[in-house]
Amino acid sequence: MKNISRREFLKSSAAIGGGLTVGFGPLGAFAQNAAQKTGDAEINAWVVVRPDDGIIIRYARSEMGQGSMTSAPMLVAEELECDWRRVKVEYASANANVKRKRAWGDMASVGSRTIRNSQEYLRKAGATAREMLVAAAAQQWKVPASECTAQNSFITHGPSKRRVSYGKVADAASRLQAPKDVKLKDPKDWKLIGKSVKRIDIPDTVMGRQRYGIDTQLDGMLYAAIAQCPVFGGKVKAMDGSRVEGRRGIVKVLSMESFVAVVADNWWRAKEALRDVHIDWDVGANGNASSASLMEFYRSGLEAKEDIAVARKDGDFEAAFGASAKKLEAEYFTPYLAHSCMEPMGCTAVLKDGRLDVWTSTQNAEASLAVAAATAGVPLENVEVHRTQLGGGFGRRGGAQDFVRQGVMIAKAMEGKPVKMLWTREEDTQHDFYRPASLVRMKAALDDAGNPTAWYSRVASTSIFSTLVHLPLKPPFSPAEGVDPQAVASIFDIPHSIPNVQVEYAQRNAYVPVGFWRTVGHSQNPFVRESFMDELAAAAGKDPFEYRRALLQKSPKDLAILEATAKAAGWGSPLPAGVFRGIAETEGYGSYTSAVAELSVNKNGEVSIRRLVLGIDPGYAVNPDNIQAQLQGSAVFMLTAMFWGEITLRDGRVEQTNFDNYRMMRLREMPKVEVVLAPTGGFWGGVGEPGQASIAPAVCNAIFAATGKRIRSLPLKNHGLTLA
Amino acid sequence: MIELTVNGKKHSVDVEPEMPLLWVLRDVLDVKGPKFGCGIAQCGACTVHLNGEPVRSCSVPVSAAAGQKVLTIEGLAQRGQLHPVQKAWIDNEVPQCGYCQSGQIMAAVALLARNANPSDKDIDAAMTNICRCGTYARIRTAIHAAAKAPKSAKA
Repeated sequence: MKNISRREFLKSSAAIGGGLTVGFGPLGAFAQNAAQKTGDAEINAWVVVRPDDGIIIRYARSEMGQGSMTSAPMLVAEELECDWRRVKVEYASANANVKRKRAWGDMASVGSRTIRNSQEYLRKAGATAREMLVAAAAQQWKVPASECTAQNSFITHGPSKRRVSYGKVADAASRLQAPKDVKLKDPKDWKLIGKSVKRIDIPDTVMGRQRYGIDTQLDGMLYAAIAQCPVFGGKVKAMDGSRVEGRRGIVKVLSMESFVAVVADNWWRAKEALRDVHIDWDVGANGNASSASLMEFYRSGLEAKEDIAVARKDGDFEAAFGASAKKLEAEYFTPYLAHSCMEPMGCTAVLKDGRLDVWTSTQNAEASLAVAAATAGVPLENVEVHRTQLGGGFGRRGGAQDFVRQGVMIAKAMEGKPVKMLWTREEDTQHDFYRPASLVRMKAALDDAGNPTAWYSRVASTSIFSTLVHLPLKPPFSPAEGVDPQAVASIFDIPHSIPNVQVEYAQRNAYVPVGFWRTVGHSQNPFVRESFMDELAAAAGKDPFEYRRALLQKSPKDLAILEATAKAAGWGSPLPAGVFRGIAETEGYGSYTSAVAELSVNKNGEVSIRRLVLGIDPGYAVNPDNIQAQLQGSAVFMLTAMFWGEITLRDGRVEQTNFDNYRMMRLREMPKVEVVLAPTGGFWGGVGEPGQASIAPAVCNAIFAATGKRIRSLPLKNHGLTLA
Repeated sequence: MIELTVNGKKHSVDVEPEMPLLWVLRDVLDVKGPKFGCGIAQCGACTVHLNGEPVRSCSVPVSAAAGQKVLTIEGLAQRGQLHPVQKAWIDNEVPQCGYCQSGQIMAAVALLARNANPSDKDIDAAMTNICRCGTYARIRTAIHAAAKAPKSAKA
């Protein structure tokens, strides 16, 4: 067993793939890449080389369990030709990103795009640094750089066999002009990409040393608990904090328009006192809203004759549908869902002498910084967002920065004192930006052979793009404005060969806040598309796998992952009595995924999933073991949602509060998940989200096979079904 | 004043007796390993050992820990030795975001302390902590691996 004193720990973590350096800078001074010491040479924004050959690779985005803090630096290291065992990863400073004209680019970890969107510039950063190190060594030896090669943090001059380590030439290299064009490796020459590399953040987690936003500790820090208006959009009408004034530890009660905060010397005292603050809310216009009234609102979108945006129009759906003898129609519904990150929302901030320091678990440090600066009324350059690991993100901590705004408002009111604001689980459940509820009408016509000749979808839901991120809804979804790409994801871009397709969107922006929830539109629309596809197969009397296969002949990547997954699952092979299969296939986030569920349903409605086979083609698979972990996790996230997940509203308020009434899957319910990793190369797909997409329809299609009951709304608890 | 021993170190805290142990650990003693997830003993992110038994510290008043021994994730490694459960967690790459993992690990250590070779059913019954990232399959694998670790390696 290894010794794990701090010194030894750094070594041992390096041995399993690099230690982790997270700088909590001294208060009031910006922690600009805290690991950098005298003698460290910054070759470029991403690569710092130490005199002792230690390598620091900077990471700009966030780590919330998706593993990118390891796989993104792998891309740099691949081209840098450095010794991975000596690599440490540190967060790039959000403040420095402002001051250095976005030297690190986009800092957001959203949309499964950390690798997809940054792979080219990260690999180029590694290659550029390598060329500069080689050039520095060549200059020192007075030989042509073309005679030198780099490997494992050493540069070798071929003819003379002289060798020098990166650390020895790093300072000289850092003074050279960066080459303009660098050649990237042929994928067949990759040494690190494609190998299962240990996640660099795991040792700290397992030692209890990982630091999340909630763990921020500052000298003289105060703590705040908040209560927000129980009806979205409401405000504080009147507040009376006299009952808690003078109570032990209570510093201040603040009325902040849309919320009330109690500030105390520890969080528990603040939270307890908040219960005794009398708040009179002006709930606004939505105090009578309910799940039923919201459903009517969405239904109005299905019935509307006007203001309907067309997302796709191939051929003439109406004519083909009208002329057909065999027609299917169905309505599907998916509910609002909360993110339920294990770490509730929170933010620590101190605003002093025009400078603002913020510590928060964020999926987008740049957005946090912008919101913090605007709230405090200070320039961007005066703000630092100190980076921490996130206790889950799932989209909650990206687009909506409500918690940062609140934290900074409180810090501003407390004039120079650091304050850590933290939500209760109840606030977290009741004040989310929920996965939108969506009501979808589907229609299809079949020819005599059972093949679809016409396909129609109309989606009615709240637009995340227009209500949360205020982006104009525009073409390419022509001809109409007003198509939210997430609302129609996986429906408008259905890859199957169907001659007449029409997909429409009825924007119905309800008062319930919505946001990006892991897999977003692909967390709900594949359930609609692939369940309805199963309805078509059943109506045609065809095997659901063969039916899809025939329709995907012109979509080779969809076809390949469908076939690979079906093969691994043994589709078509005999099953024990009472056991049935379901299948689904989707594409999204640049990857292709498929799922086969094998299950039985007993008379009590208990669904026993014997196997869940999940296939993915992400193009290039950067860190295969991490991809497996992401798909295992996707199974838990989606099974939780599809069996129990449902946020309901009454009197304008969210009815669910905590994990006792907003049910999460437990270990005992975890089915056997088999991952089929089938990368075909040539493209970079995401892995954090797409794995969820095919699961709900595969399970529901298997339930249909087992029971004859077609599931057209989620969650399954409303159909008397539960996960055994 | 309430006295309690945390990871072998004696502390005296001047707090309300009903203050939950979790908040005494986190906000008074700066022991940040145990995490806050729900406050109602549902999720287990706050799991610590009280005299060797796993408890959900968000729902244990500090008065109940008076004069008792509290063990948190920070105190698990002994004499510089990783606990076999921690070792198995690293070997099997269990954590994702990691927020629930100190609680998961403390629950697993308690399970193995009373049942050296737990079956899948035993693991199902004992491991009721919530993980939103969905690390359950690897938690199971790692518990079996820790159970098979050589005796000499056990703390």
